[in-house]
Order: sequence, then C-alpha cells, then structure tokens
Amino acid sequence: MTIGSGHSSLAPLPGPSPRGRFWELVMQWAISVDHKKLAMMYIGAGLIFFLVGGIEAAFMRLQLAQAGNNVVDPATFNQLFTMHGTTMVFLVGMPILLGFGNYLIPLMVGARDMAFPRLNAFGFWLFIFGGLLLYFSYVGADGLYGAGTAPDVGWFAYAPLTSRTFSRGNSTDYWILGILVSGFGSMTTAINFIATILCMRCPGMKLMRMPMIAWMMLVVAFLVLVAIPILTAAQSMLLLDRTLGAHFFDPETQGSAILWQHLFWFFGHPEVYILILPAFGFVSEIMPTFSRKVIFGYPLMVAATVGIGFISLGVWAHHMFVVGLGPVLDSFFGATTFLISVPTGIKIFNWLGTMWGGRLQFTTPMLFVTGFVAMFVIGGLTGIMLATVPLDWQLSDSYFVVGHFHYVLFGGTVFGIFGALFYWFPKATGRLLDERLGKWTFWLLFIGFTLTFMPMHVSGALGMPRRIYTYEVDRGWEIWNLISSIGVPVQMAGVAIFLWNVVRSLRKGEVAGDDPWDAWTLEWSTSSPPPEWNFDRIPTCTSARPLWDRKHPEDPDAHYE
Amino acid sequence: MEAFASTAQVTAPPPAPPIPSAAPPPYTMKESVAEMDARLVICDPDAPPVSGAGVTGIFAPESPPSRQIRDLSYLVFGICIVIFVVVQGFLVVAIFRGIRARRVASRPDSEASAEPVQIYGSIPIEIAWTVIPSIIVFVLTMVTIRTLRDIDITTPPENSMEVVAIGHQWWWEFRYPGPDGEVITANEMHVPVGRPIWLRLESADVIHSFWVPRLAGKMDLIPGHTNYTWFSADRKGIFLGQCAEYCGTQHAHMLIRVYADEPAEFETWLDHQRKPAVVDASVDAGRRVFAEYACLNCHTIDGLSDGMFGPNLTHLASRDTIGSGFIPLDRDNLRAWIDDPNQLKPGCNMPSLKLDPPELDAVTDYLMTLH
Repeated sequence: MTIGSGHSSLAPLPGPSPRGRFWELVMQWAISVDHKKLAMMYIGAGLIFFLVGGIEAAFMRLQLAQAGNNVVDPATFNQLFTMHGTTMVFLVGMPILLGFGNYLIPLMVGARDMAFPRLNAFGFWLFIFGGLLLYFSYVGADGLYGAGTAPDVGWFAYAPLTSRTFSRGNSTDYWILGILVSGFGSMTTAINFIATILCMRCPGMKLMRMPMIAWMMLVVAFLVLVAIPILTAAQSMLLLDRTLGAHFFDPETQGSAILWQHLFWFFGHPEVYILILPAFGFVSEIMPTFSRKVIFGYPLMVAATVGIGFISLGVWAHHMFVVGLGPVLDSFFGATTFLISVPTGIKIFNWLGTMWGGRLQFTTPMLFVTGFVAMFVIGGLTGIMLATVPLDWQLSDSYFVVGHFHYVLFGGTVFGIFGALFYWFPKATGRLLDERLGKWTFWLLFIGFTLTFMPMHVSGALGMPRRIYTYEVDRGWEIWNLISSIGVPVQMAGVAIFLWNVVRSLRKGEVAGDDPWDAWTLEWSTSSPPPEWNFDRIPTCTSARPLWDRKHPEDPDAHYE
Repeated sequence: MEAFASTAQVTAPPPAPPIPSAAPPPYTMKESVAEMDARLVICDPDAPPVSGAGVTGIFAPESPPSRQIRDLSYLVFGICIVIFVVVQGFLVVAIFRGIRARRVASRPDSEASAEPVQIYGSIPIEIAWTVIPSIIVFVLTMVTIRTLRDIDITTPPENSMEVVAIGHQWWWEFRYPGPDGEVITANEMHVPVGRPIWLRLESADVIHSFWVPRLAGKMDLIPGHTNYTWFSADRKGIFLGQCAEYCGTQHAHMLIRVYADEPAEFETWLDHQRKPAVVDASVDAGRRVFAEYACLNCHTIDGLSDGMFGPNLTHLASRDTIGSGFIPLDRDNLRAWIDDPNQLKPGCNMPSLKLDPPELDAVTDYLMTLH
C-alpha cells in the first residue's frame, strides 16, 4: 500500500453524503478524548438515565397513590424501586457530577485537558457500558425465557436476599456486574481528577487559590478512591457466592449477612458525600457570582470540606442502628453522625454570610442554589433526627428516611445540578438558556418536590415502611401518599419545560459571549464554547478570583490573602 | 367506626355451609382488600378513638420504650425546629436585603460602587458558628446516650417473659418457651398487659425487621445473628405493625398483630394453645385431604403433621387473620387462599395444590374446626 503518492492524480473525492456526515459526527464524539466532549456526554447520558429513573419513580407513585392499588404487580414494583435507586445513584448522580468535574476542573485550574485524557474516555465508556449492562437485565436476565427480570433486591442489596437461594435467575448478577463496571469508570475518573488538580494548575494557582469546586472535586475523588473499591470488593465476593459457591454472606455456612452491610455502607455513606460535595461546589461558585460578593470564609470552607471527607468515612454504621450492634457502637456512630453536622453547618452559614450584604440577582441558577440551601437545611435537620439512635429505631426504613434522603439528594444534589446546568450551559454551548422557562422549571420542580417529599415525613412517622408495594387502609397513610403522588406530574412538567428549554436554546438561545454572568473564575476568560485546547495562552492566577483581579486592578483580591 | 358492627364477623365466623356436591362457581371476593383492611383495623374494640397520631404512629406510644423515644423526639424535634427557624429566617432576611440592595444600587442616581463591599470572612463569627453547633451536637449526643442506656439493653428486664419471633418469607412465627412445653403460633402474637416482653429475634431465611411502632422501635431479624428487643403493653388492645426491612416479593404483606390481653386472659389463651388439635369426626374427609396431600410437608398440626416451612395450624381457627395479617379469617377467604394463595398474595411461597372443589371444601371445613 502506498501512502501519500498518487492522490493528486485522482478526481476530487465527493463530499460526504448526509449519512457520511452523521457517522463523522458520531465518530467525532465516540473517539473523542476531549474533556469537554466527554463531560457533555457524561451529563447527557446522566440526564437520559434521570428520565428513565424518574419514570420508574412515577410508576411507583402511581401504584402508591391509593391503598390496595393494582397498577403494577409486587415483583415489578420491587424491580422499580431497585432500578430507581441504583439508576439515580450510579447512573445519574455520579456521572452528572463527575461530568461537571470533567468539564470544569481543567478550565478552572487553567489546564488544556485532564492529566490522562484517554483514561478519561475509558472511564466514560465503562460507565456507559455498565449502565447498559444493568438495563440489559430487563431483556437478558432470565436467559431466553423472558423479559422483565430486572434486579429486585433493593439498591443496597442486603444479603442473604441476594443469594442464589432467594434471588434466582441472573438479575442480581446483572446488578453486580453493571455497577462493578461503572465503578471502575468512577475510579479512573477519580485518579484523573486528583492528578489534574494536584499537577496541572496554571502558574500562580496555589491550592488555597483554587475555586471551591476544585476543592470539592479533590475531596470527592479521594472519597471515590477509598469507597468504590470497597463496593467492588463486596460485589466481587457476592459474585463468588452466587457463581462459585463461596460463603462470604451465607449465614447457613458461617458466612455473615451483617458483613455485607458493613462493606456496603462503608462505601455507601461516603457515596452520599460523593453525591453532595460537588453540589456544594456548585453553590459555592454560583452564589458569590449572583451575590456579587466573594465567598465568605474560604479557608474555613476548605477545612470543612476536608473535614466532611474524613468524618464521612467513620459514620457508616448509622445505616445499621436496627441491626443490633449494641449500645457502645450505637452510641459511637450516633456521635460521629452528629459530629458531621458541624462542618456541614459551617458551609450553610458561610453561604448565608456570602449572601448577607450582597446585591442578589435571582437568575435561574441563583434560584436553584438558594433552593438548594433551603432544602438542604431540612434534609440536614431530619438527618440529625435520624442520627438520634432511639429515634432511628422508629424512623429507619420508614418513609421518613425516604423523605430525608430525597431532601438531601433531590433538594440538594439535583437542585445543585440544575443550577449548574443553567450556569455553565452558556459556557459549553455559547448560548444562554431561556430565563423565563428556567424560572418555570425552578418553581414547578420546587413545588412538585415539596408536594412529593414533605408528606413522606408524615407517612413515615405514622408507621409506613419503605419498599412496600401496597399498604393497608385506615392507618392514616392514604392522604399523605396521595399528596406525594400528586407532586409527580408537577415535577414532570418542570423537567419537560427544561428539556424544551435546552432544545430551543441550542438553536435560538441568546448568544452568551465569553462571560455572561460577569464571574470571576478562569473558565469565563476563554471563549464560549472554549476551543479544544481551552486557552490560547495558559493563564496566570494572582488570587482565588483571577478575573476579579483583572476587572478590578485598583483593588485586587491578592491584597487580602 | 361504623365497621364496629362487623367485629363479630371476625371473631365469630359464620357457620360453615354444607359441602356443595357440584363444582361451585369460581371464587369471587365478596369485599375488596380495602374493605377487609377496614374490618381488620377496627376489630380492636378496646382502642381509644384513632387520633391524628394513627394506629401505627410513633407519636401514640403505648409501651415504655416507645414512650421514651417519643419523649426524646420532642426534644430533638424542638432543637431542630429552632435551628430551622433561625437558619431559614436568616436566609429570608438575606434574600430580601440582597434584592433591595441590588435595586438601590442600580438606580440611575445611585452613588453606590460598582460592586458591594467584599467581605472575605470574620474569624470571630466563624468561630461562633463552629462552636455553637458543636455544643448543640454534644448535648444531643449526651441525651441520646442517656436514652440508649435505658432502652438499648442487653439483659432481659425484670419479671420479663421471653417470646421468640422468627421471620419467614413472608410471615411471622411466634414461640412461647415454657416448662409445660412450647407454644407455637403465627402472625398474631398474644402478650399479657403490663409485663415486659423480652423478644428474641431470629430469621429462617433473609433479614426482616420487627416493627410495632406503638410498642417499640424496630429491630432486625437476621439469619445467624440473634437480636433482642423488648416492650410492655400499657393497655389491653391490638397493636399493629409490619416487617420493616425489605425481604422480597411480599414484603408489604408481612403484617404483625400484637394482642395485649389481661394477664388472666393471656394465661387462658396460652393454655388453650398448648392443647393438641381438635379432632372432629364430622370433618374427617378434610383431615384426610390434609394428610394425603402436600399440606403436611410444610404445616404442623399437632398430632397429625410436623412440617416446619409454613405456619403452625394447630389452632388456626382461633386466629383472626390469614396470609400474615392481611386477610380476615373466614371460610370463604380460607377456601380462596387454599385454592390459590398466589391469587391473594402474588409471589408467596405456598403453592396451589390444584385441589378438586370437594377436596377444597373438605379441607377448608376441617381447618375451620381447629379452634
């Protein structure tokens, strides 16, 4: 084969057919190692899974709208909540947040890409294939015999319900393998985050000048590296139990059912902080911009983040107060759980300090992060109630817990994600999302969210356990469940408007320009969307707010460090 | 309360109709599940009127541990509400101040600077909002430990009676050990009023959780790991609860009914349960069906069979419910249940034995005599 010779003698190649152009576009994305493209694929795939997980939740709420309803059968209902939980944690929360980390870290620390771009792409595709493997269980988990055998063991898959004896077929194996594969993706991404943040900061960007998001992502990356391998190990052990007859979690043969819970929650609790810390980062970037003030107490904020990271590794057994750990362990884990509310509280107070005395501009991102603070306070306080061990004996595994963690993960993480989507959409696409539609999205989500999740605290306190496909009448649960279900269409309307907003704004949204929000971090100094190489010239950094220094040379931040 | 009228139906099922010779029409439920539930809940004639706190509410305690938890919860809720009001109050004030500041600064005649004053932090303030929450947290830890010392106990309370609860997919086995022999029953637990019950929790298969909110907090039943919990009913009555740890397909229908009886009534009940099963010659046909088909592999009837996989049926007819507490026990329901349990409780482990209608009627009549 000759290379480079004779081409000129051929007739010019015809331009690519429309079909050719399509494949060209697909290949452009599929083989990309650009952190921005990967990030957008992470976020896009996460949003698709968000819709899937949301539809699963909608069916559950439809079933529970009335006592004794018959919308889905019990087996299907159990698959729905298992898939909803697994999807929202592993295929929505993680990829969207890691996606934002991917997009923002190089731009914010002034780098041209992540430290390991190809590892980055590898991690993304592992996540995608892990997710597809999990969902393929709907088709393949029973061999050729039929569909509809998705995992039904709950997202925390307590042993021995997951053993061959109680979980026949292959659905649980799909659950294990899907999460295992996407877990490896998360680990590679974490390594990438740490390497990029520690090694690729632009000149002048000391650690204590990094944007808060970079700090949050650094702590998250370490948590991922500590927590996910534990899950991977536990799942491997479970896989051995199921396929090769090992006995790690089989009580019949001196295995331990409680061991699974320890391993799972040693992953599971840091996981909660993996899901919330990046959202803390979004708030810490968006709130100062729209308050027109520097973040209040940056060093304490960093300290609180690192503190949360450490303490979050020592609270896992608060998921296990009803396991019968005994008074000593119960007291210890109750105390550490109370303790983690101190650094978390510091963050909330520092955000209030940031808003205090500012000139607030309630754009859609600001609405979402303010909603975040208000909702997260509620989720945090119900968390304190649950940390009170005796009270947890009543409320654990009840709808109160479902209400609590949705206030944290929906009112917190999802609101943070929506704020971030509205805030950085113009940077990624060059066009602003529509503000009027954005406000509709916020208020519909806010109202729908409150309608759905606030009543769950009541039904839980009235004795309603979670994960039941139907419930008895006359226990005072009906009205609260009905209100919860009414909130669902309201939320769906909010999400639908958001999707329409994205489609519309991509084509005819207002052109954003480089710096639509008059913000202070480095990503706003490059074009929108940024070139593949991010910065024509690697920027230099003089303080925690490099663009403030450029815009206010008379009073730069550097003076106050 | 109108359903009080039907109380009698539950406790005294109507006499069994004669066995029809021809195949009866396919079974149809006379009442919806909701109607049956209503009957079941209200069949506690001693219950005070149901308040907003609900028949399974944690704010309507009827036993020392649940009462202590309720009292502790008032303190914790109180502290949380104060924090909530303070934080959200500051947030609301900050929002309105911030909106006004922006409006003032953007007036054309405003002399404000382009940006508000930048405040980078304040050491005293930051120390304050680190130390004050730490103090609150310390107080909460101390009160938690104090309550735990009272109710998270590892030795039985004084004068207590030990009962064993064993979780099965998806029903409850209760055992009353005693010098005169062990009494085994299912799903409906009888206890004497006022005496502490030291409940030993075990599981035959997967993890379950025993939760009767008005009596005590929940505690898991874990295979290979024995747990204990305790309660002491304050008054006569029926206390409802259900399994609170996801345990598979029919987790939702693993209901608990705790009957708190006066001590004398309880002793009578216990003596009665200790007796062997009634042998009534008029239902010999049904007895034969039970003994000749697979029923006996799973169910114990004292003097007839010793299967352990399903509930003990020796005194089945003395109970109010079947199917782990969600179907009232009467002849029609029992017949429908035996015919095909999966119709009523989809996914449950009891198979349909595909009995002929006469066999079905015979075995139903037999079981209805097991008082």
